[in-house]
Amino acid sequence: MNDSTQPIVTMQKLNKHFGSLHVLKDINLEIVPGEVVVVIGASGSGKSTLIRCINGLEEFQSGNLTVDGHDLMPFGKSTKALQKIRTEVGMVFQQFNLFPHLSVLDNITLAPMKVRGWNREDAEETAMRLLERVGIADQAKKSPTQLSGGQQQRVALARALAMEPRLMLFDEPTSALDPEMIGEVLDAMRELAKEGMTMVIVTHEMGFAREVADRVIYIHQGEITEQGPPQQLFDKPQHERTQSFLARVLKH
Amino acid sequence: MDSTFQFDWGAAFGSIPHLLPGIPWTLLISFGGLAFGFFIGIFFGLLRISPIRWLRWPAILYIEVFRGTPILVQVLFIFYGLPQLLGSPINALTAGIAAIAVNSGAYISEIVRGGVQSMERGQREASLSLGLSRTQAFRYVIWPQAFRRMIPSLGNQGIISIKDTSLFSVIGVGELVRQGQIYIATTFTAMEVYLMVAMLYLIITWSLSILLRQLERRGLAGQ
Repeated sequence: MNDSTQPIVTMQKLNKHFGSLHVLKDINLEIVPGEVVVVIGASGSGKSTLIRCINGLEEFQSGNLTVDGHDLMPFGKSTKALQKIRTEVGMVFQQFNLFPHLSVLDNITLAPMKVRGWNREDAEETAMRLLERVGIADQAKKSPTQLSGGQQQRVALARALAMEPRLMLFDEPTSALDPEMIGEVLDAMRELAKEGMTMVIVTHEMGFAREVADRVIYIHQGEITEQGPPQQLFDKPQHERTQSFLARVLKH
Repeated sequence: MDSTFQFDWGAAFGSIPHLLPGIPWTLLISFGGLAFGFFIGIFFGLLRISPIRWLRWPAILYIEVFRGTPILVQVLFIFYGLPQLLGSPINALTAGIAAIAVNSGAYISEIVRGGVQSMERGQREASLSLGLSRTQAFRYVIWPQAFRRMIPSLGNQGIISIKDTSLFSVIGVGELVRQGQIYIATTFTAMEVYLMVAMLYLIITWSLSILLRQLERRGLAGQ
């Protein structure tokens, strides 16, 4: 499973329902190591649900899903595999979801110490290195609530990276940020992409998508309507729905 | 009785030394009972929010029974009723502590449930996404934050339980009200003595309020 030609994520005919709502319809998707995949689509199209299935935050009802060599079962019936997958797959959320009762440093060291069993020294050393990398080492002792949104999201990124994940999921990482803070978070992600991290990103930042994505996926009403390299998808979208979506989001 | 009642301050203050022996009993019953009630409350509060139905219903039953019946009836049942079943008497102190424990436990269960359920979904999701098990997520992320939110309600319950111990004068345990009654039986200064009894309760509950306010402030500063 460390063979770099093997996909790290394989979805086959994945279906997901919220009650009577069919949110994901027969999704087929493969992601190979090192790939940066950007998922775009209108709100409610199922793009967040799609990436939340990858680390089991959402359960699906039918289909096959393999992540990092572990098979996920429908209806969340694979607790062991789930925890293994989550250990290897990091996630950054729209609302940051930092732990407000812990310092910035402790936010980052918690999982490496409790899940990986690192001692405090090693965990803090890694945490400080990551905080330096995202440019906020001087905030380590502070409470996350004292930081700006952009800083909080960079801590959240460092927290996920501390687990040394093989895949990173981003669920609209800049949607809750003030416009002037979006750049700093995208910069950190850009750098991560350059280092070869495998990333799946749900975003509305089309300029960023065009720049970092190896592949862009357009989702409409729970179906992958179209996918391809950013130049192709943004400049020569084949599908009518993709064209009208891009016309709407790129116009403003 | 003549209506030209004169409040006798001398009798009021003079009663205090006779009331003071009740304070340790009041404190012992309330804090002893609350300590057990706290663990009972955590236990049933967590069962109450379990995803497994057959774990939930005993918790619901417990909460409904002990929240829905008067504490006076509960303590009478324990002190006079249970010994018939056990065949041996239960001393008044044990009965009082047990009554506060099961009664406050029911309310604390609901406080625990409310505190845990008030947590944002994102906290749990972030924990799980980092590879923490559900137990670890609860222990390191959810519970510490939920507990902080529970402090004001727990303090409220503490004050209610302290006052509830006054009912236990009926089973003869020598708490504050009982000491007052004993003293009044010889002096007939009900007005003065009950005023002092009330004042002593107020001192206890007020001290607890101040303590809790400081605890809350420290808790908030830590956030």
